[in-house]
Amino acid sequence: MTAPAARRLRTFGEGGPVAKAYRRYLGKASLTMFGLILVSAFLLPLLFMISTSLQQPGQRTTPGAPIYPAVPLTGTYQGEPYPVYAVPIDGTTRNLMLVDKGRESSVFVDPDDPSATPIEWQGHWRTLEQAWTFSLDFGNFANVWTQLDFPRLLFNTAAIATLSTLAAVASSALVAYGFARFRFPGKNMLFVVLIATIILPFQVTLIPTYVIFTWLGWNGTWLPLIIPHLFANAFNVFLLRQYFMSIPRDLDEAAMIDGASPFRILRSVILPLSLPAVAAVSLFHFFFAWNDFFVPLLYLASKPELQPLSIAIQRYNALFVSEPTLIQAAALMTMAVPVVVFFLAQRAFMRGVVVTGVEK
Amino acid sequence: MTDTTEVSAAPAAPIASSRRFTASIREALWGYVFIGPWLIGLAIFAAGPIIASLIISLTDFNLLRPEAVQFIGFDNYIKMASDPNVLNSLLVTVKFAIIAIPLTMVASLGLAVLVNSPKLFGRSIFRTLFYMPIQIPLVASTLVWIGFLNTETGWLNGILAVFGITGPDWINSTVWIYPALSLIGLWGIGNLMLINIAGLQSVPSELYEAARIDGAGPWKMFRRITIPLMSPILLYNLVISLIVTFQYFTQAYTMTNGRGDPDNATLFINLNLFREAFQFNRMGYGAAIAWLLFVIVLVLTLLLFAFARKRVYYAGGES
Repeated sequence: MTAPAARRLRTFGEGGPVAKAYRRYLGKASLTMFGLILVSAFLLPLLFMISTSLQQPGQRTTPGAPIYPAVPLTGTYQGEPYPVYAVPIDGTTRNLMLVDKGRESSVFVDPDDPSATPIEWQGHWRTLEQAWTFSLDFGNFANVWTQLDFPRLLFNTAAIATLSTLAAVASSALVAYGFARFRFPGKNMLFVVLIATIILPFQVTLIPTYVIFTWLGWNGTWLPLIIPHLFANAFNVFLLRQYFMSIPRDLDEAAMIDGASPFRILRSVILPLSLPAVAAVSLFHFFFAWNDFFVPLLYLASKPELQPLSIAIQRYNALFVSEPTLIQAAALMTMAVPVVVFFLAQRAFMRGVVVTGVEK
Repeated sequence: MTDTTEVSAAPAAPIASSRRFTASIREALWGYVFIGPWLIGLAIFAAGPIIASLIISLTDFNLLRPEAVQFIGFDNYIKMASDPNVLNSLLVTVKFAIIAIPLTMVASLGLAVLVNSPKLFGRSIFRTLFYMPIQIPLVASTLVWIGFLNTETGWLNGILAVFGITGPDWINSTVWIYPALSLIGLWGIGNLMLINIAGLQSVPSELYEAARIDGAGPWKMFRRITIPLMSPILLYNLVISLIVTFQYFTQAYTMTNGRGDPDNATLFINLNLFREAFQFNRMGYGAAIAWLLFVIVLVLTLLLFAFARKRVYYAGGES
């Protein structure tokens, strides 16, 4: 064996670098393939939703209908429209117009060549399946838009979520700053109490809170959805406090020497330096409020004109449960804003989860 | 800063200490001012209602006739023990928890391992896609899944039919509803997955290298290094899953418009509580159910912690 041949063998042989790289690449490719299959299966219901929402109402219940949005194919013969069927002839299936229906045999015409001789086919035409053609129907979205008064729902949802987020972020920033920067008696104990409120199930405080809000006359208004957030919540405080504590104290001290009050320091030093954390908390809270179901159900069940999306589409589903095309269109319209914003701001979201989840 | 000038008029030695004293008082006052909103909220929305809820649970309070309220002692709690709806709702919640929690734990860890693997192309894209469904409003995702699982117009049974499997009637079967709800729950594992990823990344890589030198395979390293080192995070995830499962409401309500169909199979504790307190206006009874729920979750959490302490101890003893 010559030297170059031996080198080739070493390079391309079983234990050689090429084989190793190849195997590594193969391993990567197969794992990625597995991941692709998994993620496709995971998100398949979304494809179902999109496909169904773009279909005409009757398609899903028609036997032989395809799973993609489609309408029955028709053709024109001598100025008249005729339905097109999939006809098995001589071992192949051809799409032909049914021009003359018969019990034992029917007459078909090729829609691409109407002038050709009509074909007589033996058998009952009812046993044939209709031919379908891909077609998107946006009528469901239009129906949902008007039936649900969608602009009003979007406004309600966005208004509730915005007000509640402003309340939650402002109050949580104050409390987080208090815990991050000041020494006061009982601080550690209070912080433990704060964290413990995460574990407290909301049902335990639910009924008295409901009674108070009802006696205040707030039942049937947005106030019970917004006012409680003025008093900070543990998740937001925790996340913000962690971030505030990572900011060097020298900066506040410099501002303090310049005569800035603690409020001023929070506003002009701490918050501008904590924008990622503030953004994460805002996004979390905004979509928590956007998606919330229980509290709006409790206080707004009898006020359709004040309800957010989540409540309205649940009612809509109860009314139109037998019309999947409308329901899927409504679901798609409800998730559009949160999903789009998520893709735009995914980093802020996913970082926030890890901060609150792990650093406890 | 007006009071500093006042203080500077006093004799030299006390100045420093009283200045320090007023400064620390001032700091403490500022601290209380800043945490004030939370302290007030704690009183109004947590401490007060907790006490009120305990008291209400000992009465037959009805919001429609508040003046007719009567103290009935532990009657509500005694009644729960023989109320078929309460007992059924406990059973329903436990049945669901037995399927959903292990599925969630395994799937969130499995996906974390997958999307954390250096052998995967486009890891961050996979991570984003697996996380994304948690962002979909629960009502909307439940509606999507109801459609997807529908025996006539959905896709899942059609796909199963391709493999020769006759799919069950997921939504209308008292047995299959729990796997169905557990499948829906998989769309909510994003947070657990991210927390697991952070946990996986916190395992020191030297440990894996040492194990590899000792000839350990990937499965052995996963079982002997990854799992023990991640056990605190897994415990945290388990506790969170448990709490979330016992609070289960929106999906069950959406699916059957709050009726608990089929045959009360989706009458979860929380849904039963909602019906008793807000549909039948039995607020005293509702409050008692809320306390039952709280005690169950608390006891289970404490048991988990006790169990986990043992496990961690054994793991330490072995190595």
